[in-house]
Amino acid sequence: MQLSSTPFKELRLERMSRAFGSFNALREISLTIRQGEFIALLGPSGCGKSTALNCIAGLLATTGGGIFIDDKRIDQLKPEDRGFGMVFQNYALFPHMSVRENIGFGLKMRGVAKAEIESRVDAALTLVRLQGQGNKPPGQLSGGQQQRVAIARAIVIEPPLVLMDEPLSNLDAKLRLEMRAEIRRIHAQLGATTIYVTHDQDEALSLADRVVVLRDGAIRQIGAPHELYDSPDHIDVAQFMGFRNCLRGVVTARNGLQASVAVGNATLTGMLRNDLNVGDAALVAARGDDVTSGDEHANTLPAVIESIEYRGREFVGSARTADDVELVFHTPKNVAVGSRVFLSVDPDRTIIFADKEV
Amino acid sequence: MTVSALDGHHAERGNKSIRQKLALRGIDGVTLLILPAAIFIVGVFIYPFFYGLVLSFTPMAGGGALANYQAFFSDPYLYNTIAATLRLALPVTILSLAFSIPIAMRVRLMERQRLLTTILVLPLTLGTVLVAEGLLNYLGPQGWFSRILILIGLIEEPLKLTNNYWGVLASLIITVFPFTFLLTLSYITGIDPALEKAAATHGANSWQRFRFVMLPLLVPGIAIAFCLTFVQAFAVFPSAVLLGAPSGDTRVISIAAAQAAFEQYDFSMASAIAMIMAVVQLGVVVAILAIRNMFYRGTTSGGKG
Amino acid sequence: MIRDTTIGAKLWIAAVWATVIFFVVNVLAMIAVVVISSFGTRWLGTWLPEALTLKWYLAAWKEFQLSEVLLVTFQIAFTVVALSGIIGVTAAYAMARRDFPGKKLLMLLFLLPLLVPPITYGIPLATVLYQWGPGGTFWGVVLANLVPTVPFVILVMIPFIEQIDPKIEAAARVFGAGTFRLFIHVLLPMLLPGILAALLLVLVRTVAMFELTFLTAGPTSQTLVVALYYSVFAAGVRAVQSIDAMAVIYMVSTLIWLLIALRFVNPTQIVARGKQANAH
Repeated sequence: MQLSSTPFKELRLERMSRAFGSFNALREISLTIRQGEFIALLGPSGCGKSTALNCIAGLLATTGGGIFIDDKRIDQLKPEDRGFGMVFQNYALFPHMSVRENIGFGLKMRGVAKAEIESRVDAALTLVRLQGQGNKPPGQLSGGQQQRVAIARAIVIEPPLVLMDEPLSNLDAKLRLEMRAEIRRIHAQLGATTIYVTHDQDEALSLADRVVVLRDGAIRQIGAPHELYDSPDHIDVAQFMGFRNCLRGVVTARNGLQASVAVGNATLTGMLRNDLNVGDAALVAARGDDVTSGDEHANTLPAVIESIEYRGREFVGSARTADDVELVFHTPKNVAVGSRVFLSVDPDRTIIFADKEV
Repeated sequence: MTVSALDGHHAERGNKSIRQKLALRGIDGVTLLILPAAIFIVGVFIYPFFYGLVLSFTPMAGGGALANYQAFFSDPYLYNTIAATLRLALPVTILSLAFSIPIAMRVRLMERQRLLTTILVLPLTLGTVLVAEGLLNYLGPQGWFSRILILIGLIEEPLKLTNNYWGVLASLIITVFPFTFLLTLSYITGIDPALEKAAATHGANSWQRFRFVMLPLLVPGIAIAFCLTFVQAFAVFPSAVLLGAPSGDTRVISIAAAQAAFEQYDFSMASAIAMIMAVVQLGVVVAILAIRNMFYRGTTSGGKG
Repeated sequence: MIRDTTIGAKLWIAAVWATVIFFVVNVLAMIAVVVISSFGTRWLGTWLPEALTLKWYLAAWKEFQLSEVLLVTFQIAFTVVALSGIIGVTAAYAMARRDFPGKKLLMLLFLLPLLVPPITYGIPLATVLYQWGPGGTFWGVVLANLVPTVPFVILVMIPFIEQIDPKIEAAARVFGAGTFRLFIHVLLPMLLPGILAALLLVLVRTVAMFELTFLTAGPTSQTLVVALYYSVFAAGVRAVQSIDAMAVIYMVSTLIWLLIALRFVNPTQIVARGKQANAH
């Protein structure tokens, strides 16, 4: 028995919104997902990613906009009539049913014949590598195995769409890596369209075809993992992608896509991400990995070392500038705490955003 | 010096054998705090029970150990009380549960349950005597209940609802239903809501969600609620006297026991009736728990965390 | 949660709420009838009494010697509260903090008096109390009422105590607090809400406990609820309204404590907490 997934062309969210009283948990989310895509909804807790997933699943009513599969509007359908599969954060396995009964639940609800349920459950058990565990109650399985059961339960119904709500957040670090690989393998094998909610950017970047970054109920950026990682459009996205160093300044010169920004007494050059002119307030961002301590060259900033930590290959430290901004950097050799250094960063690895708070 | 060291060693060992032996079994000074309560319950609950059991086999009027029980089961005025009590207790238990489950399924979705649960706690707190007194007025021939039914044209003559079976039934439902309901509600809210969501996303409609997910998980709780409700209802006493027909229809078993004790001063017979009462309650509880063991019993959460 | 918008579902929901409303309205009407009657003058064959008066309260107060009955009721109730608090909280502490052989059996021992209805164990208990001597006296009633209240305090307090981190106690001991000072300065302040809630509920239970008091009380040790029973039982001797006035006084004396207790506990817990241990 071979499992597959129900075909459709695209799933469209059109200005999907959800308000709780006066609080807007989701603000006009628009997104088109193609058949077979793996989409990650990424954002900090409270950004609306779980609300979005629950709205798509039908567990939460939307308060605006629509959800379409091809040309069929589905946001008025009850969750049981949408035909999706879902993997829950705490697995939500039925404790009173065996593993087989759990996996076969969706098929039983659809009135599939017993013999077919059996063979499809077998196929699903093989797919998640749980052959021989089928008759146990889920409580006897380990966390990772329970999560495999939850995944099997979601995919056995061959749904057009699989929804995953932070499925790995309850596992320990080692198991999380293992299950991540497992989810990637199952997706590659089945090609089921998947929406995956997470707050872990590593998970999102390693699993997804496209990542949707949410913040305050709105989409900040949509893109392939490398696009987000290399060229975030927004300071929030940049901070999520590891741009931990962030400095306020004023644009002093512009040269095509490059600009120079005065930060305190120093001047930093970087790549413009927003359209800025001389005199505009700007935010300069760089990853800790890209900042090193060096001599007084161009694109450097004086700072005082506050702490330094040995990380095996190199040292990672934090330093404070004269303007009281904390910076993270790396260095090949140890530096004494309290000493003054010049931190330098490659202009190609530095990005500049408009500073909207000024 | 050697000797004194040995002595000290001995003393320490002697000390060990008392305190540390107990410590090995996990008993220390704090554990002993349990003693007053344990001794009290054994003395005032367990001992009287066995005293009553022995007393029931030493009849006041003589005639062999089983005379009280023979007397009970040969006198229809006495043994019929079991049937009379069951006729009240079983319908009340079944009705209370039958209403509690769907109502609790709804109430669990409410955000403000407090007002409702507080109102329901009222009759539980006020107790059977007050409910009986209130119902005497309310259900009586001149009471509001009949007047309202006449007003809306459902009946023409006032219903006779007091001093008979129906009055006692009503008072039992009023005191017992809130108990069953709050118990059921606490079981239902204990079920992980993610399970129902999981069932819904995998295609179960509301009836299927109840039938295949909620109900099987609720069976252990329902069994307990049935037992506790039944035992409460079976012990019906003041309302059967005040609101029923204590020498007729609603002559329940506790009336027989109280009469034996306080009208005939035959404590031996009264104890025998109390033992019979306990045996019937125990029998129903054991039967229900045996049925429950045929079903799933275990956690009602869907995973860890 | 999950929306259900079909007509069948709506009808079902409406039926469920109709049942709830029917029940609640009847309970409230029943209570209202007693209250109105106690303030009414003549009330025969009409919706409401002809006029309002306070005379039934005066009558009830005199006829039923309510001042004495109330005094006895609260003497008994507060004695029960104090004793069950001392015995119950200490036992609950030991049950929550220590594991020892026979703990499960002991738990069952404490559960039984809550599960078995009072009338069942009350008759043998009354027999023994009359044999020993305290039957029919103040202390007989107190002893009988302690049978369900001590286990009740234990079962309510165990989860309260379990949720306090034992390391806090360890810290207090390391910094030099003896057992007594540990209890007064560390445990008592943290347990106070729980103890208060448990004891208020004990107060409510004792004031409202009919069966055990009925079986063990003598003429001078009757509580209000037993006096109410006797007056309803002998209805016809006194005016209905004065019995109702007494019922209202009884209601007030119970509900005050309940309302205070409800500030500390959820109504569901009044029923369910003691039963949780039994559920597993």
